[in-house]
Amino acid sequence: MSLLEGISAALIGLGLFFFIAGTVGLLRLPDPLSRLHALTKADNLGLSLVVLGLLPHTGGLLPGAKLVLVWLLVLAAGATAAHLVAKRTLRGDGEDAR
Amino acid sequence: MPEIQVAAALVLLATMSTGLLRALWGPTPSDRMMAVQLMGTSGIGVLLLLGPAIGVPALVDVALVFALLAAVAIVAFTRRAECAAEEA
Repeated sequence: MSLLEGISAALIGLGLFFFIAGTVGLLRLPDPLSRLHALTKADNLGLSLVVLGLLPHTGGLLPGAKLVLVWLLVLAAGATAAHLVAKRTLRGDGEDAR
Repeated sequence: MPEIQVAAALVLLATMSTGLLRALWGPTPSDRMMAVQLMGTSGIGVLLLLGPAIGVPALVDVALVFALLAAVAIVAFTRRAECAAEEA
């Protein structure tokens, strides 16, 4: 395994760690806002590190640019979604009617 | 390298399936939205990892569409309640 592949695998592994931590946080944390905090870590850091790990092996400028485009889109969408969900939580929509 | 990518994709599939438990439990609609958002992002990660691993570069385009649709879905979910409140 070359050095580049090692770095790439380490970055993907680190990204997976953030995804796992985010999922555990989403399941274990006590209230919606702290769960949102865990979720945004998984979204931003997890996917960013996975994309960073994949970038050296795209083999071209255009495929690499597409990966970065997906990354930027997820960053923007994740930030917007976190704000919208937090606003809705703060406005106090209660538990589901059963 | 493909082995690592497929293994990472499998781990991501496992975490996104586990995260769906939050969509099942709730208790607030926001929690369900968060679980769906985590599923969307993990799904994008799975597609990005599988694309080079199985030699289908078009999967990156699918991930791009996923990213767009996930954003639209979250906005629609959060605005729905506000529109309902205004009409009531």
